[in-house]
Amino acid sequence: MKRRTLLKTSLAASVVMAVGSVIPGRVMAAYPKAAFENKDAAGALNDMFGTSDYAESGDIKIKAPEIAENGAVVPVQVSSSIANIESISIVVSGNPTPMIASFNMHGSEGFVSTRIKMGKTSDVLAVVKAGGSLHATRQEVKVTIGGCGG
Amino acid sequence: MRKTIYTIVVSLITSMIGTLALASTPTEDLKAFQQYYMDRFPDTPKSDFNNGVYSIDAAARETFESIEEFAPYEIDIEKGEELYHKPFANGGTYNDCFGEPGVRHLYPQFDSETGKIVTLESAINDCRKAAGEKKLKYKKGTIAELTAYMAYESRGNVFDIKIPNDPRALAHYNRGKRHWYSKRGQLNMACADCHWTNAGNMLRAERLGPAFGHMTHFPKYRAKWGNLGTPHRRFAGCNSQVRAKPFKAQSDEYKALEYFLTYMGNGLEANGPATRK
Amino acid sequence: MAKKTKIRAKEKDGIVIAKVLMSHPMETGLRKDKKTGKKIPAHFIQEVIAKAGDKTVLEAFWAGGVSKNPYMSFKYKGAKGEMLTISWIDNQGGSASKSAKVK
Repeated sequence: MKRRTLLKTSLAASVVMAVGSVIPGRVMAAYPKAAFENKDAAGALNDMFGTSDYAESGDIKIKAPEIAENGAVVPVQVSSSIANIESISIVVSGNPTPMIASFNMHGSEGFVSTRIKMGKTSDVLAVVKAGGSLHATRQEVKVTIGGCGG
Repeated sequence: MRKTIYTIVVSLITSMIGTLALASTPTEDLKAFQQYYMDRFPDTPKSDFNNGVYSIDAAARETFESIEEFAPYEIDIEKGEELYHKPFANGGTYNDCFGEPGVRHLYPQFDSETGKIVTLESAINDCRKAAGEKKLKYKKGTIAELTAYMAYESRGNVFDIKIPNDPRALAHYNRGKRHWYSKRGQLNMACADCHWTNAGNMLRAERLGPAFGHMTHFPKYRAKWGNLGTPHRRFAGCNSQVRAKPFKAQSDEYKALEYFLTYMGNGLEANGPATRK
Repeated sequence: MAKKTKIRAKEKDGIVIAKVLMSHPMETGLRKDKKTGKKIPAHFIQEVIAKAGDKTVLEAFWAGGVSKNPYMSFKYKGAKGEMLTISWIDNQGGSASKSAKVK
């Protein structure tokens, strides 16, 4: 129940300290801040991967509702049979900052499932990085204003 | 779109014919109430009505089931379990009052001594008061964590709300029933307009859930709230949405409404807590 | 507020299916407080590390677009009895770590 005192120093410093304390000896990528703050989907991909070019792929499956029950909680599952997946990223072009999440696989299977926020009807883009190039597929999720639930 | 509006208008008119007779007994009401929904949604097995709108909306149900697979309220159940078993300052526990945590399906109750309705939430605070502890707030937070654990422990038990043959108990029941069928607020809408007459129809982009099964799953985690809420938090929301002034949580009015509506779901399995949109 | 994390990890045919639920507000920084009209500061988990034993199997980067009380599921090659450890840090320096045995 201990409340951690928030570090008022620079964000970067606090993050480094926290990582150091929680996850000792790890050698991982740095947090891709620019990609998550970019307001443009292509720009965010460019920040994340150095390119926004991807090949449309039938080997990636997105499981997401056609109509979101509530834009605050939209279940999204991405799976892919592509070999040697390095990462899976979820991008929502209609959100103020489209890059939602990026999973570096470290040898785990080509599967992630999470729940995301969607501000309005938009494509959900699943981007798979494998063999140094990007593959992607998309699915539209409709976000409506509800009568009572919304 | 035009057709939907037409349907709603027609239904609003017919709703005046379709309501339960005011002079009927609770047993007669219950039978007519449950039969109405079973006739209206013949594809829904009776036991499935405790899943609310998801019992009649297959697409929405997929999302619901995906979230229920590992629902955010599971963290609240864990907190509730700790809270429930943590002794009070005087050494007593909730078990001294409830016997066991799994009693969600037995509330609300009519207390023949005081002549009042006791909800699970009011019973929790009565228990705390007797032990010299501070009262909890009624709509969300700690009380909902406690009831989440209690509801979880009650899962699978069948709701069995009793309306004893006591004029005071019947008065509460009828007050709740009247609330449910009375038009209120600037929009001049009754609970029944949406959840009886128009159950299954669309209100803008929203499918209206049947009222049979409305009370089985509390406390609920609504995506809209981002946390758990008690029945009276939801009632207040419903009243506000038709632009009526909500009653206070645990007011006699809401207790009566909860008594009526929970009784109408007798025979359904307790399945709280649950997620809703 | 207690920072709770719940983990379920089950092995079948050499593949572990991990499901994780974390307690966190996941504020984007764009929302306004209804009462005060002031913006609610961004507060979200930005990195999650999953380790099977001491081997990292997944590293997730997030922003405020992941739903409140985040859920994450993934699969990796593993065995029953192994420990799965989930650690996260947020953009305000908060962190938590939790381990569970693969069943």
